[in-house]
Amino acid sequence: MKRICLGLYVGLALSLSSWLARAELTIEIQNFVENPTSIAVAPFGWQGGGTLPESIDTIVAADLERSGQFRAVPQADMLAFPKPKDTIYYRNWRVLNAEYLLVGDVRPHEGGYRVTFELYDVFAQRRLLSQPVDGGVEQLRDLAHYISDTVYETLTGIRGAFSTKIIYVEARRQASGREKFRLIYADADGARERVIRESDAPIMSPSWSPDGKQVAYVSFETTRAAIFRQELSSGKREQLTNFKGLNGAPAWSPDGQKIAMVLSKDGNPEIYTLDLSTRRFTRITRHFAIDTEPNWTSDGKGIIFTSNRGGRPQIYQVTLASGRVERLTFEGDYNARPRVSPDGKHLVMVHRHNGVYHIATQEFASGDIRVLTETQLDESPSVAPNGAMLMYATRHNGKGILAAVSLDAGVKVRLPSKLGDAREPAWSPFLN
Amino acid sequence: MVIETLKRALSLICVMAVLAGCSATQEVEDPAPTQPETVTEQGAGIGDAGGVSPAEEEVPPPLPELDTVFYFDFDQAVLLPEARAALTAHAERLKAEPRSLRLEGHADERGTREYNMALGERRANAVRDFLVLQGVSASAIETVSYGEEYPAVVGSYESAWEQNRRVEMK
Repeated sequence: MKRICLGLYVGLALSLSSWLARAELTIEIQNFVENPTSIAVAPFGWQGGGTLPESIDTIVAADLERSGQFRAVPQADMLAFPKPKDTIYYRNWRVLNAEYLLVGDVRPHEGGYRVTFELYDVFAQRRLLSQPVDGGVEQLRDLAHYISDTVYETLTGIRGAFSTKIIYVEARRQASGREKFRLIYADADGARERVIRESDAPIMSPSWSPDGKQVAYVSFETTRAAIFRQELSSGKREQLTNFKGLNGAPAWSPDGQKIAMVLSKDGNPEIYTLDLSTRRFTRITRHFAIDTEPNWTSDGKGIIFTSNRGGRPQIYQVTLASGRVERLTFEGDYNARPRVSPDGKHLVMVHRHNGVYHIATQEFASGDIRVLTETQLDESPSVAPNGAMLMYATRHNGKGILAAVSLDAGVKVRLPSKLGDAREPAWSPFLN
Repeated sequence: MVIETLKRALSLICVMAVLAGCSATQEVEDPAPTQPETVTEQGAGIGDAGGVSPAEEEVPPPLPELDTVFYFDFDQAVLLPEARAALTAHAERLKAEPRSLRLEGHADERGTREYNMALGERRANAVRDFLVLQGVSASAIETVSYGEEYPAVVGSYESAWEQNRRVEMK
């Protein structure tokens, strides 16, 4: 029996007013893969009184569609709504061209819910999965994302990332004309967002700790930039830096022991690391140019960063043991804010092409660049922990929105913000 | 639609106001730091030559206000000639009447946020270094960068970007 744990219950950093209007981000799928797998998600049964506050089958179908790799058969076309243990008449699903069928049932269980779900291969006429899963009364969405993860991994062989979270920055102009900045924590589909920090001064550059329990970010609340870290469960905050000049771009090391950052306390923007246990700062770069936007290589032995030491912003890598610096990008006159894909094979970055800013990947081995996006002013790419998609910020109809694209560029999704400007998404690590 | 039009109209007014401000101050600044006495001579001389110059140059504003916003080229932190002229005049005043200053560096929205934060600092530092070279006390100057977080004009077009690449003196 699987039980969904709320590994992380985000404490109310502010007050009850920190709950926003529901579903601030809406999903618009722009592009599916060429031949998406067709799956029928039949309405799940409910064995309790009243109606459930969330529809699990709707959430699962939306999750799978958002991956771009699946298309859900409309429930209106279905000839029957089978439940677990029912006999499946495969021809009913073959006529709909459904390759797979998911059925399920929800019942009250120990003050929460038990969901039983079954996955069928329609053409092979075979049951692939039959599982119960339990969750608390507030966990219907968690249960749905768990089912999406299980189905996705069974059918693609890739671990699902539907149960992961995102943190992003929202800026919203107030009636007074001044902007309010919010740090928002939400499900990877944008649902259940809550404000974990609010300020009249800019908030920037959120970065997850590798265990998913903390976030580091830049806040201007003290009238100048400073780096903070915040525990997500309690909302407890700690100011890590208070230097003159830049205090920016925090990035947690893969082992969680250090934070790389940019400081200009010695007169020039340089990369430093802060050891969180000894509280010692170590200077990593020495160059009169701008060095910024550090991020760790997957093995933690190197840091990649943006530098204009060659005249234009390009991406470099420094090996921490030797201090040796190597330039990684040569194509284009603006490559910045690098990230490494979870498999360590690709660099993900902002790349200017014909004067337009796009998200691109560069394969480490070959140096081949691939432009993934067609939108404009794209920035802040953040890769999902399973490496299937990345989220980034762009502008659409004069507003800052979040969007997602698969690393092979085949799938494109927009998550427009209904209210303010959404920006700087940071995709969490796996949390379960 | 209406709001969008209003916004464009407002930003246009802003542009015009800034442009007007620029030309007004430049007329005063250009001669002021170098050879103040020639102002009247020059005015007279142009008149003699047959009125080639626009008429407004003959009427300098009674209270010379100096520009407090200095603009930069894309991805550059090099002071432009107009900024140098204005800052030279500022330096003279600051030496005569010392006060503490805050220089806020900004960037346009293009490019990445943290790189723009560094660029904004570079710009603020360029203004500070110029003032210090002119004899203003470095200890009176505080610099801060806001990167692209506080645009002067909201919009994704060239004239908005031009106005956002700036240092504001406060």
